Amino acid sequence: MIQYLTNNSATVLAALQQHIMLALLPVLIGFAAALPIGYLGVRFPWLYHPLINTCGVLYSIPSLALFLFLPVILGTKVLSPVNIVVALSIYTVALLARTVADGLRSVDTTVTQAATAMGYRRTRLLLDVELPVAMPVILAGLRVATVSNISLVSVGTLIGVGGLGQLFTRGFQLFYMEPILIGIILSVLLAGLADLIIVLIQRAVTPWARFQRGGAA
Amino acid sequence: MNFSYLLDPEHWDPDATGGFPQLLLAHLGYSALALLIGLVIALPVGLYIGHTGRGSFIAINAGNAGRALPTLGLLMLMVTLLGLGLLPVLIALTVLVVPPILTTTYAGMRALDHGVVDAAKGMGMRPWQVLTRVEFPMALPVIMSGIRSALLQVVATATVAAAVGLGGLGRLLIDGLSVNDYSRVLAGAIVVAVLAVALDLLLALTQRWIVSPGLSGRAVARTRRATTT
Amino acid sequence: MSRIRKIGAALTGVALALSLAACGADEDPLANDSGGAGDSGSVTVGSANFTESELLGEIYSQALEAKGVTVTRQFNIGARELYLKALQDGSIDLLPEYNGALLAALSSGGAPEGVSKPEDVLTALKKVLPAGTEVLEQSPAEDKDTLTVTAETAAKYNLKTIDDLKAVANQLVIGAGPEWAERYQGLKGLKELYGIEFKDFKPLDAGGPLTVNALKGGDIQVANIFSTDSSIVQNKFVVLEDTKNLYLAENIIPLIRTESNNATVTGALNGVSAKLTTENLTEYLAKVQVDKQDTATVAKAWLTANGLV
Repeated sequence: MIQYLTNNSATVLAALQQHIMLALLPVLIGFAAALPIGYLGVRFPWLYHPLINTCGVLYSIPSLALFLFLPVILGTKVLSPVNIVVALSIYTVALLARTVADGLRSVDTTVTQAATAMGYRRTRLLLDVELPVAMPVILAGLRVATVSNISLVSVGTLIGVGGLGQLFTRGFQLFYMEPILIGIILSVLLAGLADLIIVLIQRAVTPWARFQRGGAA
Repeated sequence: MNFSYLLDPEHWDPDATGGFPQLLLAHLGYSALALLIGLVIALPVGLYIGHTGRGSFIAINAGNAGRALPTLGLLMLMVTLLGLGLLPVLIALTVLVVPPILTTTYAGMRALDHGVVDAAKGMGMRPWQVLTRVEFPMALPVIMSGIRSALLQVVATATVAAAVGLGGLGRLLIDGLSVNDYSRVLAGAIVVAVLAVALDLLLALTQRWIVSPGLSGRAVARTRRATTT
Repeated sequence: MSRIRKIGAALTGVALALSLAACGADEDPLANDSGGAGDSGSVTVGSANFTESELLGEIYSQALEAKGVTVTRQFNIGARELYLKALQDGSIDLLPEYNGALLAALSSGGAPEGVSKPEDVLTALKKVLPAGTEVLEQSPAEDKDTLTVTAETAAKYNLKTIDDLKAVANQLVIGAGPEWAERYQGLKGLKELYGIEFKDFKPLDAGGPLTVNALKGGDIQVANIFSTDSSIVQNKFVVLEDTKNLYLAENIIPLIRTESNNATVTGALNGVSAKLTTENLTEYLAKVQVDKQDTATVAKAWLTANGLV
């Protein structure tokens, strides 16, 4: 395996780079889109259930089908990485919109009432009180979305754009284990690293969580 | 959008190889088998870890580790190692369903009201009775949510079986792609999504039926809404 | 300051750091779709989803790079039906093709009658090429679609030619890429030209490991494998003779978007075609398929051996 890596370092690195771009760009786009959508689901309670159901349906569309259809809908080229990015952004929104809504709904009413009594207006209440309190739930959802994006990218290899997935097809066509194993290991490591980064961010932005667990860290 | 492939009655003939009924049946077969094997593995392990608290590290991290494994890569690896056939697909799909069930089973057990468990012990229940009569029924709503998310994933992902020459609804995607027939790909996507949603509804109904009314999600939701609004 | 803004800033920072790390050495993957437009010295090379096509794509790429052309590789796209679309929409500029198979794919109702020799195929092909594309000189190297069986099957049913299958095909399962179900040079042609209908068709892959292993394991009895494939010799498979010329000449030929072609590109690719033979292609393909060497290494060895780099 080490030998395969040294002989093919350029190929493997290029695949890894593409993988990172294709997986993480959608996380940012999806996160940015899910915040307002999830908020709408809480602000207008009648929207909550249609929202959750739509997300469920979107999430059950097989990724390969979505990759294939986006060129038809968006008018992009068939091999354009944009198709993968948009498809994964859709999955990210489908996962996160619900978490955002659930996170906001879970904020203790006594907290919001206290803030309102202190003179917080709706926007500041949302940005400075509700969202930070809901943040652990939302970030937990973000971890799930990020990790599953990283593993979904490789399906794109079936249409010629798939980051580390290219190593899977390459190995598979030759019935040769090494590239496949390397692809899987790198993909899992990447997911672990991304997950760790989000956990660190979570610690940084929710310092009170440490106190709740008992004592200062 | 062209629905001609989906609406062609010829493709709905139960005897046609490659028609919807046969593909659907194979697809359901792969998904159900994987889910069943997953349940047999994940449920006891999750209950054990949740009940005893031993090995909780595994249960917490299994979820993310499992999600991080790319199913397509795992499948191709298994076919390379074991050859063609059903086994590689079942392994890859089982690896997909175990983590959500394991994690939620554990989470459901840990989130229990300890007072209730203590009361059960105080009443003289044996550990086995506490587990089966108190802890498991109370954790069931959370466990069911894990099973439902496992089901959604496995139904959408079972399409990859077609990439290694097996059947199932993925054939419509892979074959449609190969012959540049988007109507067929669209049909495949729709049937898979409808199947996933229908099965999820079925499980939701099952959940209402098997979860004790005293702790059904509905009651919880009602209380939560009452306290938050 | 709101925590949300801090989180936003942190996430953006992480993303920037990752994408900077990602874009350190090579091209930005998101810039691929603009490939091929404009200046004379830049070509996006594609390939189909089987090993030989990728090897040929790599040989073309390195030959072009040796002449100072900037190359972007976009290999492993899929079957012809998909990659021709990618060529037409400009996602790729160049790829290795097979003259007869391409002719059959572009002519409605199969290849024109009586066309089977390499020159005739080329003449006919030039008439049906999609607008904005052209072919360069074809090489003497051929890689044909075949119908292949195991030695045991050949002995059991006494099979030597495709015609011999006619009497026993209703007991046999054939395996090939999914696209075969719809192609003239697939099930349609076998039925029309030879009158053969198989018991069942198993969609597998384009002469890849699924097909070879299914044939070895007995899941299928007849397989579509490419004539240069190492598995034929390795497993002592029997290739059935195509007496009615369902498969025309299959010379390897570069198919390119006219706007990406220029004298340098033509020179480099014609140089490759002149040296490429069925024998040396088979030999170097085995280095990838059997010895598991990397395509880039094997392509380089081929170009060096033929004095092209």
